[in-house]
Amino acid sequence: MTFFTTIFTFLPDLPAIIIITPLLASLLAAASGLFNRKTPFLIAAAALFISFISSIILIMQVVETGIVIEYRMAGWAAPMGIVYIIDHLSALILLVITSAAFLNFISNRKNIETEFRNKEGAFNSLYLLFTSGLIGMTATGDAFNLYVLMEIASLSGYALIGLGSNRSPLATLNYLFLGTIGATFYLLGVGYLYIATGSLNIADIASIIPTMMNSSIILFAFIICMAGLLIKMAIFPLHGWLPNAYSDCSNVSAGLIAPLTTKVTIYIMIRICLTLFSPEYTFNYLKISEFMVWLAIITIFFGSLSALAQKDYKRMLCYIIIAEVGYMVGGFFLGNRIGISGAILHIVNDAAMTLALFMAAGIFLWKTGEDSRDSLKGMFGKMPFTMAGFTLAALSVVGVPPTCGFFSKWYLISGGIAAGQYMFVAALIFSSLVNAVLFFRILEIAHFEPFKEHNHDHVYHHSHNTLLHHHQDHHDEHYETTKHNGVVKEAPLEMLIPFIAVSIMLVILGLYSGTIVANIIDFVIPAAII
Amino acid sequence: MEQILSFIAAKANYWAYVILLMVGLYAMIVKNNLVKKIVGMVIFQTAVILFYVSIGYKTGGTIPIIIYGDGHNSIIEPAAKAVDYINPLPHVLMLTAIVVGVATLGVALALAIKVYQEYGTLEEDEINKKIRA
Amino acid sequence: MLMETVFSIKPVFAVLISLLAIPGIISSRTQNIRETWTLVAAGIKLLIILSMLPLILDGKVVSFTLFQVFPDIGISFRVDAFGMLFALVASSLWIVTSIYSIGYMRSLDEHSQTRYFSFFAAAISATIGVAFSANLLTLYIFYEILSLATFPLVTHHQDKEARSSGRKYLFYILGGSIGFALPAMMITYHFTGTLDFAPHGVMAGHINSGLALMISMMFLFGFAKVGIMPMHSWLPAAMVAPTPVSALLHAVAVVKVGAFSVVRVFTGIIGTSVLADFNISTIVCVIASFTIIIASLIALSQDELKRRLAFSTIGQLSYIVLGVALLSKSGMTGGMLHIAMHAFGKITLFFCAGAIFCATGVKYISQMKGIGRRMPITMTAFLIGSLSVVGFPPCGGFISKWYLVLGTIESGNLIFLFVLLGSSFLNAAYFFPVFYNAFFCSEDQMLFEDKVEEAPLWCVVPLVITASISILLFFYPQPFLKLASLAVSTIMGG
Repeated sequence: MTFFTTIFTFLPDLPAIIIITPLLASLLAAASGLFNRKTPFLIAAAALFISFISSIILIMQVVETGIVIEYRMAGWAAPMGIVYIIDHLSALILLVITSAAFLNFISNRKNIETEFRNKEGAFNSLYLLFTSGLIGMTATGDAFNLYVLMEIASLSGYALIGLGSNRSPLATLNYLFLGTIGATFYLLGVGYLYIATGSLNIADIASIIPTMMNSSIILFAFIICMAGLLIKMAIFPLHGWLPNAYSDCSNVSAGLIAPLTTKVTIYIMIRICLTLFSPEYTFNYLKISEFMVWLAIITIFFGSLSALAQKDYKRMLCYIIIAEVGYMVGGFFLGNRIGISGAILHIVNDAAMTLALFMAAGIFLWKTGEDSRDSLKGMFGKMPFTMAGFTLAALSVVGVPPTCGFFSKWYLISGGIAAGQYMFVAALIFSSLVNAVLFFRILEIAHFEPFKEHNHDHVYHHSHNTLLHHHQDHHDEHYETTKHNGVVKEAPLEMLIPFIAVSIMLVILGLYSGTIVANIIDFVIPAAII
Repeated sequence: MEQILSFIAAKANYWAYVILLMVGLYAMIVKNNLVKKIVGMVIFQTAVILFYVSIGYKTGGTIPIIIYGDGHNSIIEPAAKAVDYINPLPHVLMLTAIVVGVATLGVALALAIKVYQEYGTLEEDEINKKIRA
Repeated sequence: MLMETVFSIKPVFAVLISLLAIPGIISSRTQNIRETWTLVAAGIKLLIILSMLPLILDGKVVSFTLFQVFPDIGISFRVDAFGMLFALVASSLWIVTSIYSIGYMRSLDEHSQTRYFSFFAAAISATIGVAFSANLLTLYIFYEILSLATFPLVTHHQDKEARSSGRKYLFYILGGSIGFALPAMMITYHFTGTLDFAPHGVMAGHINSGLALMISMMFLFGFAKVGIMPMHSWLPAAMVAPTPVSALLHAVAVVKVGAFSVVRVFTGIIGTSVLADFNISTIVCVIASFTIIIASLIALSQDELKRRLAFSTIGQLSYIVLGVALLSKSGMTGGMLHIAMHAFGKITLFFCAGAIFCATGVKYISQMKGIGRRMPITMTAFLIGSLSVVGFPPCGGFISKWYLVLGTIESGNLIFLFVLLGSSFLNAAYFFPVFYNAFFCSEDQMLFEDKVEEAPLWCVVPLVITASISILLFFYPQPFLKLASLAVSTIMGG
């Protein structure tokens, strides 16, 4: 009883707890890392778990009551104080962020231990800081606070990426330059908004803007904010930093940063266009939809074609991410209800798919010690469960039903047809076919080519705790011996279970996409948009 | 001519911010040396700080400390007139932005040291040559 | 005509039961337990489907919505006469094929049998899913699942040949469905606002003739499993699969799913009135006739038995399309019946090809001289199967062909009558030599010793069963005939 009453007393403070917990835990993790190598992981896992649970409770609250939660930091009301807004959209994105961060983290314990030996405290602390930055960006209702949190996420992100391979510091430095330009542009835009409206609170600014639609200051603020965000979300031709930065960094960091950064930036763009500047301003007054959709189309074609040219698995994923950015930006600027629904749904789905693909990359790396595509030879026989999950993720990226990728693509294509943007529809179909080729090449290697033995330390010291290994051993006499080295050697369970959970989520998200749209996304899009 | 000059003079700080912004951006994009790029980045960020500080400034305004503003002696000093004070909010915001800028600079320099350790140089074209080789 | 709808979860179980068996199949400790799982699941599946049969024969439909994936479209099931016909064929043949698979795979000592049986179960699940789909989206989803689940089966041998065939298979099937069928479905949804199958189609009044023609063609070629030329060449390539796979999937499940989807879309989405008004049906008839004749001609020249059967299948599938596109009552009945009749005939032929390979290792017809004396049961079954496919009485194939011929006369297009008759001659021409060589060759041409030595019992029993059923269907074509005429009367009215 007392346990539950304690929980209930915390309920009103959940919007603060969800961000404060990882923030404070990051300090704690860094400090404890000085004394012990195991505790930072435990602290971080606990903090991420608390955030994850809080986000579940929050989204349930919002969906059930339908009331937007406004949390006043330290009790100061808007527009003087900073408020955190948990509405349908931010609750959804919060759930995506916290679940992805949590699952990716717990599945990579062994990778963290080996890759960041003696740097556990620093790494775990950065991981938490990055997560809390993203959470704050999503929840905050204050334009300047958004900038600060964006920089918290970015700076810890630079550090996480910089901890990767030998080539990563240079890639990170380039990312840092562009990231800083993007964030500073955004800050400049906020400054102009402040000149025009005298406020920094998003809801407050939004209430003032309709009275001054024709102001050139507002126009300039919009352009410069958008320019900053477009750099940060890596749309063509501002994408140059992404492939190097994401592919040179460690798998753990990539699994956190790649699924979330671009998606949260797109969320911010949607927030700014829909909530800050009204849809009336963005779609009807400015008439930039056409331009943005074309930008998206070019991004999709560019991303898909570049992905075809890549030999390295992670670099290929990076270009797919760029193409997916085009999906979401294009879908949003179609400007109709169905397209925007598709864009928002795709944020969720794409985060899940990218997470699954990078988690798979982590498992393959752990298993084979190699990063190239050839290391996947014969994997279907060796790791059937991992490959099943990987296949699901691949199908989802291609857009094969009933995985979730199909359903968001359905909305996007319907939106494209309804808006008369047939080129966008063609780009989506083209990119699906290219993705099919891309993943087919990988799956084909894994299916047809015989397994090759890898000389990697890992293979030895964890072979005794694999999934099917021991009970396969004494059933070999019952089973046929396969041509292709049929001994199953799965990844350790602590890696496998989160990964399989994410893969199954891909199907569940797909089957329940109607529920998500009806109960969450429909409330996000203003009634004015049809 | 007179008018143009006075227009420029009246908004001198804004002109300065735009020029600094461009100088910083130019350095970040064009310079070959990584440290010079970092310097450009700092100039770029500082330009925005100048911009914010200019927003809050008011000719003839004073620092916004209201004497007896707590209402105890409101008979002696009537309610504060906002016109008399500069706007403190942008200045406070810039305290945060400065902190962010310093942190960014720190991370950038740390990365530059790593790059130097890896390649033995900070010139981008030379690094690219080494990567290709 | 308003049909009474019964809400029941039975169709969902009918679809899922074989999927549920997969964990059992994977975790089984011995081969025998694993095969028991397969057979038990197959048996339960047939029982569930049979339990719905009386309702359907009463003119009712069974319906259930599983997920509401879009505000107005769900993943929903609806069992009507046509779906029941197909499901009955597929599920009853699954049992037979499972038995045959056990014999075939064990006697050839194939590798990765667990994978084989798992994906087999998944494929059957998807097939029943297609049969029971209530709307185009559900159909499409199960269609895609089937394409993917059959890939590991087709490429079972994992060698170079399997690899290139697998590529071809996926290229045609997935390329067709993503490139043509999916956009066609979205355009349909955009113009009509629904994807539910309706007895008279949903397009009438929503669409102009050019668009209707385009969509019809996109569906016809997009559902590449139906093997309409030029989207046919995956089928001969897919014959690298183990024979039970070819038998069930490439005589029954996969190709018939293609035919079923095309028929469903033509009747349930586009609608017979649109097909007739815009003259689309004539174009489809011409395309189907072309495929029938050309495929039969190509079949003549094939020496590998399974490839000959494959081209025969391509031709026979177009019968179904032709029958429906004739838009006459008898033609449509014939087309639907042909799904069942051809399935029993063709699966017998594939079983025979597999049995021959099992027993002697021979794949080519030219090497089968005199095989009839060594494997008399198998070759007799082969004769019955080929008679059924050619359409000779007393075999089931005669009935569907009879209705097709009636259909061409009813619709007044006598040219298609000649196509049917001509192709029947060609059918006879490519099957007869096989049989003739097997029994009636001179002593010096004999390639086999004069000693009876059949394939293992597990292989022979199934082919005897399907051959007997082929004959039985001539004398007693129920419930298939009843189901087909029920389906046709819903579509055509009256």
